[in-house]
Amino acid sequence: MTTSTSLAYLIALPLAGAVILLLAGRRADKWGHLLATALSASSFGVGLYQLSQMMAAAPEERAVSQKLFSWISVGTFNVDAGLLLDQLSICFVLLITGVGTLIHIYSISYMSHDPDRRRFFAYLNLFIAAMLLLVLGDSYLNLYVGWEGVGLASYLLIGFWNQKPAYATASKKAFVMNRIGDMGLSFAIMIAFATLGTVSFSGVKEASETASTAALTGIGIMLLVAAAGKSAQFPLQAWLGDAMAGPTPVSALIHAATMVTAGVYLITRSNFIFDAAPTAQLLVVIVGAVTLIFGALVGTAKDDIKKALAASTMSQIGYMILAAGLGPAGYAFAIMHLLTHGFFKAGMFLGAGSVMHGMNDQVNMRRYGALRKFMPITFATFGLGYLAIIGVPPFAGFYSKDAIIETAFNAGGIKGILLGSTALLGAAITAFYMTRVMVLTFTSPERWEEDQHPHESPILMWLPMAVLAVGSVTTGYLFTRGDGLVHWLEPVFGEHGEHEEFLPAIVVSGLAITAVVIGVAIALMKYQFSDVDAKAPENVTEFTLIARKDLFQDSFNESVFMRPGQVLTRLLVKGDESIVDGAVRLVGRTALSAGSELRKTQTGFARSYAALILIGAVVLIAAIWVVTQ
Amino acid sequence: MNALTTMMLLPILGTLLLAVIPSDQVLRIKQAALATTLLVAISGVLTWFNFNSADTSFQFVQSVKWIPSFGINYAVGVDGLSLVLILMSVLLAPIVVLAGWKESEGGRWSAKVFYMLILVLETMMIGVFAATDVFLFYVIFEAMLIPVYFLIGGYGSGDRAAAAVKFLLYSLFGGLLMLASIIGLYVISGANGGHTFDINKLSELHNYMSPTTQNLLFLGFFIAFAIKAPLWPLHTWLPDAASSATPGTSVLLLGVLDKVGTFGMIRFCLTLFPDASKTFTPIIITLAVISIIYGAFLAIGATDIKRLIAYTSISHFGFITMGIFAMTTQGHSGATLYMFNHGFSTAALFIVAGWMAARRGSSTIADFGGLQRVTPVMAWSFFIAGMSSLALPGLSSFVSEFLVLVGTFTRYPVAAVIATFGIVLAALYILIPVQKALHGPTTPGNENLPDLNLREKIAIAPVMAIIIALGFYPSPLLNVINPASAHVLEVQGFTDPTPSEGAGK
Repeated sequence: MTTSTSLAYLIALPLAGAVILLLAGRRADKWGHLLATALSASSFGVGLYQLSQMMAAAPEERAVSQKLFSWISVGTFNVDAGLLLDQLSICFVLLITGVGTLIHIYSISYMSHDPDRRRFFAYLNLFIAAMLLLVLGDSYLNLYVGWEGVGLASYLLIGFWNQKPAYATASKKAFVMNRIGDMGLSFAIMIAFATLGTVSFSGVKEASETASTAALTGIGIMLLVAAAGKSAQFPLQAWLGDAMAGPTPVSALIHAATMVTAGVYLITRSNFIFDAAPTAQLLVVIVGAVTLIFGALVGTAKDDIKKALAASTMSQIGYMILAAGLGPAGYAFAIMHLLTHGFFKAGMFLGAGSVMHGMNDQVNMRRYGALRKFMPITFATFGLGYLAIIGVPPFAGFYSKDAIIETAFNAGGIKGILLGSTALLGAAITAFYMTRVMVLTFTSPERWEEDQHPHESPILMWLPMAVLAVGSVTTGYLFTRGDGLVHWLEPVFGEHGEHEEFLPAIVVSGLAITAVVIGVAIALMKYQFSDVDAKAPENVTEFTLIARKDLFQDSFNESVFMRPGQVLTRLLVKGDESIVDGAVRLVGRTALSAGSELRKTQTGFARSYAALILIGAVVLIAAIWVVTQ
Repeated sequence: MNALTTMMLLPILGTLLLAVIPSDQVLRIKQAALATTLLVAISGVLTWFNFNSADTSFQFVQSVKWIPSFGINYAVGVDGLSLVLILMSVLLAPIVVLAGWKESEGGRWSAKVFYMLILVLETMMIGVFAATDVFLFYVIFEAMLIPVYFLIGGYGSGDRAAAAVKFLLYSLFGGLLMLASIIGLYVISGANGGHTFDINKLSELHNYMSPTTQNLLFLGFFIAFAIKAPLWPLHTWLPDAASSATPGTSVLLLGVLDKVGTFGMIRFCLTLFPDASKTFTPIIITLAVISIIYGAFLAIGATDIKRLIAYTSISHFGFITMGIFAMTTQGHSGATLYMFNHGFSTAALFIVAGWMAARRGSSTIADFGGLQRVTPVMAWSFFIAGMSSLALPGLSSFVSEFLVLVGTFTRYPVAAVIATFGIVLAALYILIPVQKALHGPTTPGNENLPDLNLREKIAIAPVMAIIIALGFYPSPLLNVINPASAHVLEVQGFTDPTPSEGAGK
């Protein structure tokens, strides 16, 4: 493989930004945000340079690596600090630094009134660096460093306003639930080392060719647990909604476009494991299918614009995981949907931030309405993202989602029909809840609270939105032209033979569009052509109540894990005091009373000391007796 | 002159220097103590540079007859294991002195006595790891209790007298068991080639012992060490001692003295009694796993920040013990590296918690709140220390914790799997106090707490630097540790499990 000396700069630039901004403290308040943005943009520049190098090379010679130093080496456990840039990671590098830089620019304006803006930018740079390490590490252990690094950045950013107790709790919840996923990654690495003797991607890939299915299934399932934690997939999804406590640019970058898609990266990166472990692969598909419906259902009942978008993110990542579970036929489409989603979802989150900016940080869509007139640019960019996500041709989401639905049907048999129908149903629900968001926010009559003066956001905010909107329109077409992205990724994922088509592609597209039309129509009738209450109605169906409560995800976690855990903790604390330490005190008291008895004949020693000498002497004599037998 | 002996003599000279400074010149006394510990730290680093990591026998050896009639020698020497622990001890000492600049004031005795105790303790800390004569080790092992007893009882807070006595009695009890075993060894050595306390010669003796003898002698050592590096259920002295001692004393107690326990398990239990070690491994691994989970749960339930840190250490010592008895190179090297890293991450936690408690006048977690916005530098220091305690990748403890886990997994997968749940519990026991103390609105009474001053920043900066640097580049230590671990396992007759399949087959 070609070696490179410049990969490290991708990570080093934003990392330097984070370090400088954090160490310089208040002194950097004036220029910190500019430095951070410049460094993020430079990293993007390095990424473009790398892309140009890759495109100039032959497909098999595009991957480049860089070994920095030997990181951990004990016995046969050898892990280098090494980076790997191939056709898969470059997609992520450009998404992370490209969208990341746009969001830096947006945040300059969005966070301009926050006294801690410098700290915010430090965290953003830290995130970019960690996320780049995640996608560039050449072994599972290097990936792990980035994996928890983005978790840390996410924790810091969700809790950016942690003076509010609820936000502090949200950040803690995200970290802890992510750690459950991280445990899966730990297990995967341990199994890989114990069975295959290596933890590098290339080593595991090579070893997987001869390894038993059992070992690979174990690794695969544990990787899926890790992916579920990071990507908010069922059953580790409950943290994502609360994560919306973070400033909105964070929601756009970390909790929509990049970090939450790391699970998709992990699974597609490990394609050689899942291809050889059908059970693990089947579980991937199931998790994806369940989550795509779960998220969509939650999305239908949310009045908080950010939480509606978060539910949507969960659901869209469900599509990606589903695609990743379909094997070689699906990997490239998972990545394609990930990239198009990166554009339209980040764009919509920034749009939501723009709306909040104009509405005194109001997030309740029931108190929006008619903003089309007051925020035309936001309306237009958000609207293009909306058309993309629901899958209207020729916008980006149409291409990527349609490809996934088609591949799902082509999986064959009952499995194919079930998965394809699930994906179609998800598309209909997506169209419904996104139309609801669109209507409640922009096109229905106004239901504002008093003293609202909505206005368009400044150029530093709408420019990034506009760029992302262009991406929402064009990327689907660009990626699919001549199957460009699929061919680009072939050296990583391998070629897949032509599948038998379950239904002709045009029929699937027709079905998908029909599903979308149905969803949109219902939402329009319900919200555009009927009155909307400014307060959430209370006499609603059971279903709505359950969806509002996120299908009981928190109640479940609280009653099954949290409360029993708290009870156990209290019991252990009490038991330690009364039983374990109690026994020690009892022994101590017995010894002391024996000592005070003895003291009657012997003075001069501290009584406790005397007792111990006595015990010691007895033990000593016994020991000597035993060993001299 | 021998490097180790020099290092041990320097603090003694410092003590003499302190003795001639008048008691009322407190600043002079502190400066002299700091200068001494810095000098020792420098000589420790030099010794590390001069150490030949390819050589697995003891280096810098010196042996002088002490009590010839019993074959007792003043004999010192270091291998990779003892070297890193000595290095850790001498690096922590100046940090403790600088960080706890005011700890000596307000005690039962003068500042002068405080620093003399610290310096005497430092000599013993070096000696206990350097001793290659078992009797010398025992003498220092027991003698160390004395300065610590007075440091807790004379300068601590709360119910310091009771805590000091509990600490002393518990440790003495263990020490006496060990003494019995040592005398047993001595007797056996007499019957097999001549009386000796030399560790190299004693390590041959196991060939002449019956299994019962070996098991009993092993237990004498092991129980003493399991009390020191508190293993469940022998841990209850630690939270009391650590929460009553001054923060600096706690750092030395948890960071250095407790390591004598895990150090002793490798140096004495494994080396002297290889068969007994194998016999007891299942029980010890079980106790270690219980410690990991149990300590973590108690830390989650703790309401006092100092007790919380003590409980996290019980969990961490469980990891170290598990790594030692996993009998793989990864487990062993991981455990030794863990000892070093734990020294610094616990030091950081205790030092910062000590500053917080001193400012607030309370160590109850609920009394803090919103410190991130009042004292940002102090809050950041606590946060980074906490991240190190929960083994965040990129920080030093991750490397050691992961090595222990992966090294245990290859031989005892069930234990490793249960222990891994500890990483989720660790997230809770760190983030709960972080949230309560640093986040949320500022609790009334905390609005005007001062942030770290320059002295405090200088004290904590090197700790943070070590924690971060070793997270990314642990090789300088692993290069020293690896040959020593491999040697111990070789002597034990253990080889790493080979990968069960795939390319490594």
